[in-house]
Amino acid sequence: MLTRRSMLLATSAAAALPGALVAAPARAATPPGVIVFARQIDDIISLDPHEAFEYSASEMSANVYQKLVTTPNANPTEITGELAEKWEVSDDNKAFTFTLREGPKFASGQPVTAEDVAWSLHRVVAMNKSPAFIINQFGFTKDNVADRIKATGPRTVVLTTAEPTAPSFLLYCLSAAVGSIVEKAVVAPKATGDDWGNAWLKQNSAGSGPYALRQFRASESLMLDANPHSNVVAKTKRIVIRHMPDPSAQLLGVRQGDIDIARNLGADQIGQIQSDGRFTIQPSRKASLLYLSLNQKNANLAKPEVRQAIKWAIDYAAIQKNIVPTTYAVHQSFLPEGFPGALTDHPFSQKVDEAKALLAKAGLPNGFEVSFDFFSGAPISDIAQVVQANLALIGIRTRMLPGEMRAVITKTRSRQHDIALLRWGSDYFDPHSNAEAFSMNPDNGDEARNRTLAWRAGWDIPELTRRTAAAVKEVDSAKRAQTYLEIQKEHQQVSPFVIMLQEIEVAVSRPGVTGFDMGPMNDRNYYHNIVKA
Amino acid sequence: MPPEGEQHAAPPPVQGMARRARPSAAWLRLRGILSNLASVPITLFGLAVVTFFIGRVVPIDPVLAIVGDRAPQDVVDRARLELGLDQPLYIQFWRYLGQIVHGDLGRSVMTSNPVTQDIARFLPATFELATLAIIIAVAIGVPLGVWAATQQGKLVDQAVRLFCLAGHSLPVFVLGLLSLLLFYATLGWAPGPGRQSIYFDGMVDVHTGILTIDSLIAGDWPAFWDALAHLAQPAGVLAFFSLAYIARMTRAFMLAELKSEYVTTARAKGLSSARIVWRHAFGNILVPLVTVLAMTYAGLLEGAVLTETIFSWPGLGQYLTVSLLNADMNAVLGATLVVGLIYVALNLLADMLYRLLDPRVK
Repeated sequence: MLTRRSMLLATSAAAALPGALVAAPARAATPPGVIVFARQIDDIISLDPHEAFEYSASEMSANVYQKLVTTPNANPTEITGELAEKWEVSDDNKAFTFTLREGPKFASGQPVTAEDVAWSLHRVVAMNKSPAFIINQFGFTKDNVADRIKATGPRTVVLTTAEPTAPSFLLYCLSAAVGSIVEKAVVAPKATGDDWGNAWLKQNSAGSGPYALRQFRASESLMLDANPHSNVVAKTKRIVIRHMPDPSAQLLGVRQGDIDIARNLGADQIGQIQSDGRFTIQPSRKASLLYLSLNQKNANLAKPEVRQAIKWAIDYAAIQKNIVPTTYAVHQSFLPEGFPGALTDHPFSQKVDEAKALLAKAGLPNGFEVSFDFFSGAPISDIAQVVQANLALIGIRTRMLPGEMRAVITKTRSRQHDIALLRWGSDYFDPHSNAEAFSMNPDNGDEARNRTLAWRAGWDIPELTRRTAAAVKEVDSAKRAQTYLEIQKEHQQVSPFVIMLQEIEVAVSRPGVTGFDMGPMNDRNYYHNIVKA
Repeated sequence: MPPEGEQHAAPPPVQGMARRARPSAAWLRLRGILSNLASVPITLFGLAVVTFFIGRVVPIDPVLAIVGDRAPQDVVDRARLELGLDQPLYIQFWRYLGQIVHGDLGRSVMTSNPVTQDIARFLPATFELATLAIIIAVAIGVPLGVWAATQQGKLVDQAVRLFCLAGHSLPVFVLGLLSLLLFYATLGWAPGPGRQSIYFDGMVDVHTGILTIDSLIAGDWPAFWDALAHLAQPAGVLAFFSLAYIARMTRAFMLAELKSEYVTTARAKGLSSARIVWRHAFGNILVPLVTVLAMTYAGLLEGAVLTETIFSWPGLGQYLTVSLLNADMNAVLGATLVVGLIYVALNLLADMLYRLLDPRVK
């Protein structure tokens, strides 16, 4: 047995250890040929592009896989071919024939064939994971997909939709991450049972994008290596994404040169680094909105004047300027700026007297009390406090109920809230994604199948639902965009949604790091042009 | 943690026992260990019951974590069915118990790995951090506490008290950020957050999951120093936090001993003060001190979520917290059971240790 003295001696020697450690020099640059991102990646549940729906995973899909078509970030409303060279639409707007370009190759070195395209889309429909509805909404089902999506030649694929379809709608949907093409010869043999290789593809990749997945460790790191066969050349051979949950640690990392690009800095950290001047601050408007949902099951909130009063009570400009100067912009309609057909007017500002008059007109001159649910993290909780103060000015007293994000969502999904402060990111780059969510509610019953945001707010709108459904069928793109503008103008005034802010994603790069291409959605953030001096 | 509640010192022999034949010391020791072991399954069962039912009343829909907020209703319904959430609670619990008995903790939703595999990855990181932290905390905290007790009321005592107060009351995330700012950003002495530098990522074969040990097994000294350097800062922060408690407890135990009559007697006999302090008084406080240390160590092993977040340390605390916030119940239950096991094991270890340290048990 250890004597007490020797035990003490040993432990005091251990105490001297940390002193010796600090002598090891800290390295002040990332290795050559590697770009290091700092990012919160604990949202990744799956890296299978036909299952993934979270921010980080969509971004991986964009760099590892290619789709039939895409939209360039320089002009996001334009549709260009990625794997497809050209496409033709039949006269009845039901048959879409895609011709593949020659050149794209998977990481295995094999060329991308029409068979790969058809098999990938079959896989989406058959697995029917969360994002599958983006493809399924064109009438594809497990039983009919073999006929409706067909490879008719080595480079030709034909998609037949159930109903006449606006070409822009189908093409935008195919440009989403769920439209990624995977290599059949690699994925099919990995299938266990009827999972279509899902268990394997969750943590591996089989794509034709500029990068291939090398290693993924959940909540720790993700590593991509250049795909040497891809037709898109990766300028940097390796991308490492380190999970850094704390924004302050990200800031220190990018300052010290251990991180090339930091992705989750808050407004105050960006403010700090802005004053430095050496760093590149790259803002990009995201298709993500911050809004209040006013539950129409609450008798007071159901009055049109009350909804209007709340919209006139909030000081949008002050919230934006004081709390989120670099990370949000004021935005007041359901289509985010950058989307086709987005309405960019800001008709509402804080007018307390008008808001009070509206409340009086609604028969509530002394205001009323409501509960207010919001996510307890920054900056949402700070914004919620200003909203509370703004509403107090017109006599609306809010009972603050801070909670975890998923708890707030769970509550609104069962229509249990009064007012909730929420975030909504578009599912795919087409106006219908948000239009369906905010202005369609086909069945307002408690057991409804389609629980859109309008349903969650208990907003019964048969007429608006019909108009929004008609807009998606409009074949003429310009006319279609015009219809959305009109719907938004009305929606902005009457809806139980107080849309306040649009998110701006900010990437901060250290000096000499350039070429990160950011788009309006996470599946439009590209790494292949990133280089460092 | 009041010291009284943690003292497991054996009760003094009762009068009546003397008349009966005394059981042998070996038998006493064995019986003690056996009764401790018998309580393990009961403790774990209780833990499983409480965690399971708390998990089910959390106001977060577990299906949300799997399919997300956007999934159409039929996808949501199917996921609910696959999870067995349509079954009554007691059946869900019964099924879960059946799984645990077979060593299957289920699959985590967030990482899509089996929970056992996740824990095998996150626990070594926490173990490495907690172990170094407790070593530093004991090495500094215990001598500091003893020193303060011998100098009661003097300047040294006050200084130690201030130091301990700072360690115990400064929030650990403030301490962590300040430490990063000073040692990493300003002085450049220590590496930044994470377990290793990018250079060494994936270079060392995984044997134990403990990076310092794995790199030693591989004989890769640069990787070892890199891992150790990354470990130093978070371990130092955690150690500062724990040593404050350890030093205060040590001081309190020592004060009680130093006021005892046998110390006065020893002094009167002319024993050297070092011998009185270390040989006599310190020997007597070892039993309660071991318990304090074991529980502090167990607390560190359950994962320090704030420290882990700031230092991007992929440990059990972060895993448990992220899982909890996403209602990833398999992961939460699995990790909780493991933490429970750690507590039970360390308690057992402390029990055995004081059987060795307390001469009365012999």
